[in-house]
Amino acid sequence: MKTIFKTITVAMGLALLMPGISGRAQVYADSSTQLDKYLVPVTTPTAAPDAQGFLGRWMLLEPISKPNRSNTVFVDSYIREAFAVQYFKGQLGDVLPKDGDKIKVTVEYQPPVNLQGGRPMGFGMEAPKYEQKKVTLKWHAFDSKMPNVKLFRFATNLTEDRYGVIFWACTVVNCEEDIPNVRLAVGSNSASMWWVNGEEAVILSGDRRRVMDDAASQRLTLKKGRNVIWGAVINGPGMSDFCCRFIDEAGKPVKNITLSTK
Amino acid sequence: MKTKNILLAGAFALFGLTAAAQVGAPYIHDPSTIMECDGKYYTFGTGGGGLISADGWVWESGAVRPGGGAAPDAIKIGDRYLVGYSATGGGLGGGHAGRILTMWNKTLDPNSPDFAYSDPIEVAHSEVDEDCDAIDIGFLMDPNGRLFCTFGTYFGNIRMVELDPATGARKEGAKDIDVAIDCEASSMMYQDGWYYLLGTHGTCCDGANSTYNIIVGRSRSPFGPFLDNLGRDMLQGGGKMVVAAEDRRFGAGHFGRFVVEPGVEKMSFHWEADLDLSGRSTLAIRPIIWKNGWPEAGEILDNGTYKILSRRRGYALELTVDFVRAAGGMRGFGRQANEPVVKVENQKLEEVIGGWPEGNIDVRANDYMARPHQKWTIEAVPEAGGYLGGPYYKIVIEGTNRALAAAGGQELVTVPEFSGADEQLWKIEQLTDGTWRIAPKAIPGCHHPEKFCLYSVADSTPTLAKFDFNNDNAKWDIKLVK
Repeated sequence: MKTIFKTITVAMGLALLMPGISGRAQVYADSSTQLDKYLVPVTTPTAAPDAQGFLGRWMLLEPISKPNRSNTVFVDSYIREAFAVQYFKGQLGDVLPKDGDKIKVTVEYQPPVNLQGGRPMGFGMEAPKYEQKKVTLKWHAFDSKMPNVKLFRFATNLTEDRYGVIFWACTVVNCEEDIPNVRLAVGSNSASMWWVNGEEAVILSGDRRRVMDDAASQRLTLKKGRNVIWGAVINGPGMSDFCCRFIDEAGKPVKNITLSTK
Repeated sequence: MKTKNILLAGAFALFGLTAAAQVGAPYIHDPSTIMECDGKYYTFGTGGGGLISADGWVWESGAVRPGGGAAPDAIKIGDRYLVGYSATGGGLGGGHAGRILTMWNKTLDPNSPDFAYSDPIEVAHSEVDEDCDAIDIGFLMDPNGRLFCTFGTYFGNIRMVELDPATGARKEGAKDIDVAIDCEASSMMYQDGWYYLLGTHGTCCDGANSTYNIIVGRSRSPFGPFLDNLGRDMLQGGGKMVVAAEDRRFGAGHFGRFVVEPGVEKMSFHWEADLDLSGRSTLAIRPIIWKNGWPEAGEILDNGTYKILSRRRGYALELTVDFVRAAGGMRGFGRQANEPVVKVENQKLEEVIGGWPEGNIDVRANDYMARPHQKWTIEAVPEAGGYLGGPYYKIVIEGTNRALAAAGGQELVTVPEFSGADEQLWKIEQLTDGTWRIAPKAIPGCHHPEKFCLYSVADSTPTLAKFDFNNDNAKWDIKLVK
């Protein structure tokens, strides 16, 4: 039995292409969790959105520890306050950090999760006091191999933190001409905020699941040249990720753009 | 029994309840799909045990399921019941090693000499840190006799795998398939060539702050992809709402389907919190309505005053009494436009009731004219028990105790005073097309009243006849009088 689960195969066969549906083949379960199943280092100057318009190229900062025992605390005011903290220079700025850049930040230190434990926290239990600790976190330039950006596996593969965290992400959307009347459409696990060219565009509060096009910005114009997108995702216990794309008036993906990390 | 009835009646009175909640002691979390066994209904919950009901409306603890763990499901295959559960309890903030087990029983009645579970066998599991947490099993037997189960939680993917319906074990060579993400309490059902995958989104286990809600996608294949009404793949978070919170009940989760008969379907789930029942997690049962190929929760009829309109013609059920002309009669055409506007009152009961016979009065159907003899107050009768997912109701003319009753010979009548007799009690269920079936609890002289319902034998003539979902004569619209 275990061999079935151990098999490290994502079979994207041709079986069961049924009429009237999307044509995606069935996805066999894959128990592997190594990073390159989800994210691979950037190796090209630019990347295109995927077939559905999802933005896959991002600068990702290793998670900032922010202990939370439940996601129900992520009301609007809470996440605005959490994301207003200046963790690093150039936060929300026009210049992106470089792959490998490091920041130092003081966080509430959480010991590594005991994976052999069951559900470790009951509702209503008082949160423990956390030790303040200065940590060094690193920026990484990654291309996602999936429509979503699996922050959780980014964290579990590269750091000790996985729950009770804040992730920062940024990318550049390059346009050959102005593209008016588009919207940034986002889904995230859990709450998140998103900015386009320095302006707040989307807020997703509450105990969120990642749903494509869960919320969208008001109409905006992607200007000719560089457009800088920032996002921040916060999670307590849960499997952090996000998906972002631009959609037009008809809800169709905007694909005449490229992505870069400079 | 009498004490229980008094308590039920008291609960309705104390809280001004509608009929929207199961009664008795319906406390459960993660209820399995309701099973019927030897005339009783059963559902199992997280932690072991479960509920039993003799009528589907009044529930008490007493079902027996060994193994503990979380979120069971059940399905009847042949003359046996296959019960599945998770040996583990999920680990949203910790590890995610899970095991899905199945076991058989010939009966669900713990007092039966045949009651004995087989040894549980593992059909699926998850490793400690893979993108799945193997709990929350849901079964489906499709029309081809293939047995599937889904499982998983918010931690990664919902998966499905084919089982062997003869053994309840994993089918030889079957592989797990990812079908959705970020759900809990998944379940599948089949309808008209579509496979439906249901999952629960939102926050679990937080009482009245639980945002749990049940969503659905569908596919022509049991293996997906399951797309929502916008074409979004459930692996990308897609899902169309099936049932969410009500005004006094929050956190709908853990779907199960029960087909009573063609056109009459129920969904079971739990409320994370029912504010009328101490905010506890309770069993919920609602009709399933199918709209354009999508399931959604129907209603348990609230107490209120309604017009009852036949689907056959659209005529309203009324007393067979004189039509009395109302104020606001013909005033001629071409009147001056500048005369003051006045509000003309509807005809009132006291204007006409004196002309009605004092004894029994027949009923018929006629043009709805908002007259007192066409307005029916429908109220649950808590002490009368109920049926799967609903209480019995009395149907009386508004402002009176004149009650609709089944009469001998499978006909209808109204009696001047509601007495609580079985022939004056009505089962009122929303059908899968959103219309209603109105059926008597008893018919004088009829030994098998359960098949009979309010029926239009002619446009103006209601009677009692056998229910047929494919016949508009057997269906009614029930609309609030405003």
